[in-house]
Parts: sequence; C-alpha cells; structure tokens
Amino acid sequence: MSPPGALGTITRARKSDGAGKLVSLLSPLVAVLAAFLVGGLVVAAIGESPLRFYSVLFRGAFGSVDGIGLVLFNATPLIFAGLAVAFAFRSGLFNIGGEGQLYIGSFVCAWAALKMPGAPAVLLIPVLILASAAGGALWAAIPGYLKARFGVHEVINTIMMNFIAVALTGYLVVEIFKEPGQMTPQTAVIPVAGELPRLAGFFQSIAVPLPNANPLNASFLIALVAVWLAWFILYRTTLGYEIRAVGHNTSAAEYAGINVRRTLVMAMLLSGAFAGLVATNEIMGFRHRFLDNFSSGIGFMGIAVALLGRNSPLGVLFAALLFGVLNTGALEVDIFTDVPRELILVVQAVTIILVVVGNEIVRRRLAGGAQKRRPSKEGLEAS
Amino acid sequence: MFELVVLDSALRMATPLILASLGGLFSERSGVVNIALEGILLTGAFASILATYFTGDPWVGVAAGIFAGMLVSLIHAAVTVIFKADQIVSGVAINLLAAGATQFLTWITWGSSSNSPTVGGMARWSLPETWGPVARGINVVIGHYPPLVYVALAAVAAAHVVLWHTPFGLRLRATGEHPSAVDALGVSVRKMRFAGILLSGALAGLGGAFLALNTHQFVKNMSAGRGYIALAAMIFGKWNPVGAALACLLFGYAEAVQMGLQGQQVPSQFVQMIPYVLTMVALVGVIGRARPPAALGKPY
Repeated sequence: MSPPGALGTITRARKSDGAGKLVSLLSPLVAVLAAFLVGGLVVAAIGESPLRFYSVLFRGAFGSVDGIGLVLFNATPLIFAGLAVAFAFRSGLFNIGGEGQLYIGSFVCAWAALKMPGAPAVLLIPVLILASAAGGALWAAIPGYLKARFGVHEVINTIMMNFIAVALTGYLVVEIFKEPGQMTPQTAVIPVAGELPRLAGFFQSIAVPLPNANPLNASFLIALVAVWLAWFILYRTTLGYEIRAVGHNTSAAEYAGINVRRTLVMAMLLSGAFAGLVATNEIMGFRHRFLDNFSSGIGFMGIAVALLGRNSPLGVLFAALLFGVLNTGALEVDIFTDVPRELILVVQAVTIILVVVGNEIVRRRLAGGAQKRRPSKEGLEAS
Repeated sequence: MFELVVLDSALRMATPLILASLGGLFSERSGVVNIALEGILLTGAFASILATYFTGDPWVGVAAGIFAGMLVSLIHAAVTVIFKADQIVSGVAINLLAAGATQFLTWITWGSSSNSPTVGGMARWSLPETWGPVARGINVVIGHYPPLVYVALAAVAAAHVVLWHTPFGLRLRATGEHPSAVDALGVSVRKMRFAGILLSGALAGLGGAFLALNTHQFVKNMSAGRGYIALAAMIFGKWNPVGAALACLLFGYAEAVQMGLQGQQVPSQFVQMIPYVLTMVALVGVIGRARPPAALGKPY
C-alpha cells in the first residue's frame, strides 16, 4: 500500500505562486459545477426538468430560515468527520475509520452521561464533550499505533475497525445497555443536564424566526471551534509543524530529529478525537441517546468533505456546508418532484471523483516540465 | 456448530466473497488497491437482477453482472491509471456512487428505492435421469449447489494457474512488484493494470450476481460490507488465490455460524467481528507476516 507521503501529492500543489493557488482553489468549484451538470443530465434523462429540480433543491435549503437552520444542522457532523480525515491526511495517514471512531465516541458519550445522572450541566457538558473526543481518539489510536510500531497500513486497519466498532456498540446496546422494556436497540435518554441547547431560542431573541422544532443546536458552535482548533494545532504548534513535516517527507522529518512514530500516533489520536465529537451533535444535541446503527455513513462522507475542502480546516467547513445544502435540499426534492433523493448521492459521488481527477490535473499543470522528467527520475531511483 | 447444514451454508456464504477476493487479488497483484470491490459487488447484484427481470434468463443476468462490474472497474482504472489519482479515494467515491446509483435506478425501474421484485433463480445443473444410476450419482454432486458455487471454486484454480503458470500472470505480478522493470522490458504497465482492474471488476461483478440471484432479488446496499470482507480475506490469504479462498470459507463459516446463533448464548456480534479481528492480527504478523505487492498503491 502507499507509504506515508504518497497522499501528500494532494496537498503539494499548495506551495505554489498566486496564480497556482487560484487555480487550485477553483478546481473544486469547477468539479462541483460539473457534478451538478451531470446530475442535471440524469434528471433530464428521466424526463424531469433539471431547472425545476435544482430550484426545488435550493429553495429547500435557502428558501426559509428553517431550511438554513437544517443546512447548518446537517453540516455539523460532516464538519467533525471531515476535520478528522483532513487532519490525519496532513501527516500522510488516510483515516477511513471515522465511522467506527464516531460510533465509539457516541457510545462512550451516552454511557458517561448515563453514569452521571445527578451532575449539573456545567460539569456534565464539558465531561461529555471530552468523553466523545476520548472515545474516538482511543479507537483511532489503535491503527495509529499499529502503523507506527509495525508498519501496518492504516487504511485496512481503520476499515476493519469500522466493522468492529459497529458490532461492538451493537452488542453493548442490545445486550447490556438497552433501555428496559423497549424493543428498539437504544440506550435510555441521557440526563437533561447533558443535552446541548437548541439555538432556536437564541435566534428568536435576535429576531431571526428559527422555529422551535429546528434541530440546530450548540454542537454547530463546537464544530466552528473545532475548525479553528484544527487550524491552530496544524499551523501554530510544534506538534502541527511535525505532523505536516512527516506528511510532506517522512525521511526528511526523521532526519531533522522529529519522532515520526510519536507524531503518527498523535495525528491519529487527534483525528479520532475530531471524529468522536460527532457525538456532540448526534447524542448531546439531537437524539439524546445512543441508537444502534444510527450513522448512515457520516464517517465516509467525511472523506468526501475533506477532499473537497482540500484538507484545509476552512475548506472542510465550506465543503460540509455544501453537503449540508445538498442533504437538506434532497428532502424537499423527494417530496416535491418525481426525482428520487438518491440522485443526491450520485451527485456527491461524482463530485468526489471529479475533485480527485481535477486535483491531479491541476497538480500536473503546476508541476509543469517537472512531470516530463519523471520517468527518467524513477528509473534512477529504481536502479 | 459443525453440523453439515452449517458447512453447507458456509460454502454458499463464501461464494460471493471468494469471487470478490479473487477480483481484489488481480487488481492488487497489478499494483492497484481496489476498495471499490464493495461498489462493484453491489452494481453486479443490481445489473444481474435487472437483466434477469427483463429477459427471464438468470444466465443473461450473470453476464450483465460481469459486464456491469467491468464497467464500474473501468472508472477505477481511468481515475487511478490514466489520471494517477489516489486509489483509495477513487475506491471510496465509487462505493458511494454505486450505493446512490443502484438505489436511484431501482427507484426508476421498479418505483421502490429499497428492493426489486423477485425473479426466478438459477436451475441446478443436472444430467438427464434417464442416463441411469451413474448420472443420478453425478447429479447429487453437481446439483447440490447453485452453479455459480462451482464456478467460484473453478475460478480459484484458474486464478492460481493464470497468476503462477502463464506469461500474463508473471507480467501482472511483476507490474505490482516493480513496474519500472516491467516498463523497461517493453511491457505496458498501463495495459497490465487495466487488465488487472478489469478482471477484478468481472470477478466481483460475478460475485454480486451470485449474491442477488441466490436471494432472487435486489435489495438496497445488499453487499453489506462483503467487498471489505473480501479485501480482508485476500490480505488474510496473503495475496494468494488458494489462501484467499480458504480465508473466505472461514469468514463464510463465521457468517453461517452467526446466523445459527441468533437468540443463543454467544452474542452474534462477536462472531461477526471474527473476520476483522483475524485480519488485523494477521497484518501485525502474529501468524506469519502478510506482505503486499511492493508497488501497491503507487501510481506509475
């Protein structure tokens, strides 16, 4: 499998001049527009109007305060999941275990809440946030350690651990922590003190008519803090410098005295912590309990979000908002048009494929003549 | 737990895994990681039911499954070999695409986004009874399982022969180990990788066809992680056809046992974890180090 650093190719285009930077910023945008075009063609192919399809889609997302609130709500878990992937990417590790990490984080969060029934909110909320992050971090640390200690590729291990996490939490919630007297495989409701407040009240107080039923909650604010935190760690701390150095060139980083093994484990720990924070939205903000199999691929969507956001924390935020728009609009599309909402999945997948291909084309353009010399260079390396 | 019924269903459970892991093997031996197996299985399953539904012939369905699998793998080949984009990312995107597209098409075709109507399954192989007791004896053997089970077992032997006893196999393995050497000898790395990925799509597509035809219908996301289990089996089997097939049988057995365990003392979730835990243990090297092809994951 690819060594750490092979994935650094995706970030390498960033070290270029202003024009190059503009091109690399524009390429995801072009990819998104092209994917919309593909979606439109599919809609036309089944005999519906693409214009009507997109107008319903965007009206659903932006047509009302409620819609915008839903966009932010739908984007929240994707911000965390996207940050997890982007953060690990910077060290050259590909964490596709976000799904498993968010399951463990969510379960630990719900379990901790149920263990502290009498705690006041000022204590419980910070503890639960930390518990969510710790659960995810722990689960991610295992493949991180196996990579650092034994050189086992993290992609396979994170995939395996996704399945193990789903089975493990499934066992725990069905056999041990199931709410008594209920058939549904879910835990009891967490104490009210552990719930994150919804933002409807706040917005109404500043004359924004967000309905009380809107699920947008304080987890969105935590997500914004997480975006800042990811940026801060990567660009303003020694650890972040080491992570980026290892991602760019492992052997150079090692030669410069960086402890590569420790850096890889730390990168995975923090990556998993971001994934675990999905629980702040799903458990503390929305469901208020752990439900078996609750995540419909949030962790995998995080990969798409990170790619689209070019693995930068701010890029992740915008990409997650875009996916939030699509997911919110999809519901409206389902109700008001004859186009099934599954088409949105197709548009999202096409976006990713085009972004990956687009990034590679841009990278080659920017590398310019260097690309042409590559075969001989590889020949030298091989001999 | 070791009853014949369980072993019997273990082989049935293992069949799509065997086909998909052989598919993964051809791709990875050529140096291309194929996480898209999951999506290819799903697409093959959908296409086989679609074709069977409209023609009434499950063998046409099998052909459609293979064809659809190759079509999807062609996307993977184009993205990873021509554009040299990241192989894992491409695989993840293809899996999302397959999940969305099959549900979308199920809705378009049958007006339900969850499942298709049921179709006729595959007739068992048999010789005419009038040929006498010998034919009847043979029928007991060849008629016991759906035909594709035998096809899968034959494919294991064929994959072994192709990889280790043909010039093509040698070139394919060399492409995965040392592409620049292959290139220097005048063999096109690009063609070899395309061949590996297309074979991968054909085999996994066939696996998907078995999966769907065995249950007589398409159900959304019916691959349910089998592509990843097949990938795990391939690694557990140390990138060898026979090893991969044995691992699939073990994992199929775990799945069969798990179904028998529902409502019993041992929680089924723990049996469910077995393939994944075993694979992680195998990778760490406790039971002999599994070594991937040297150039795996590296674009050329």
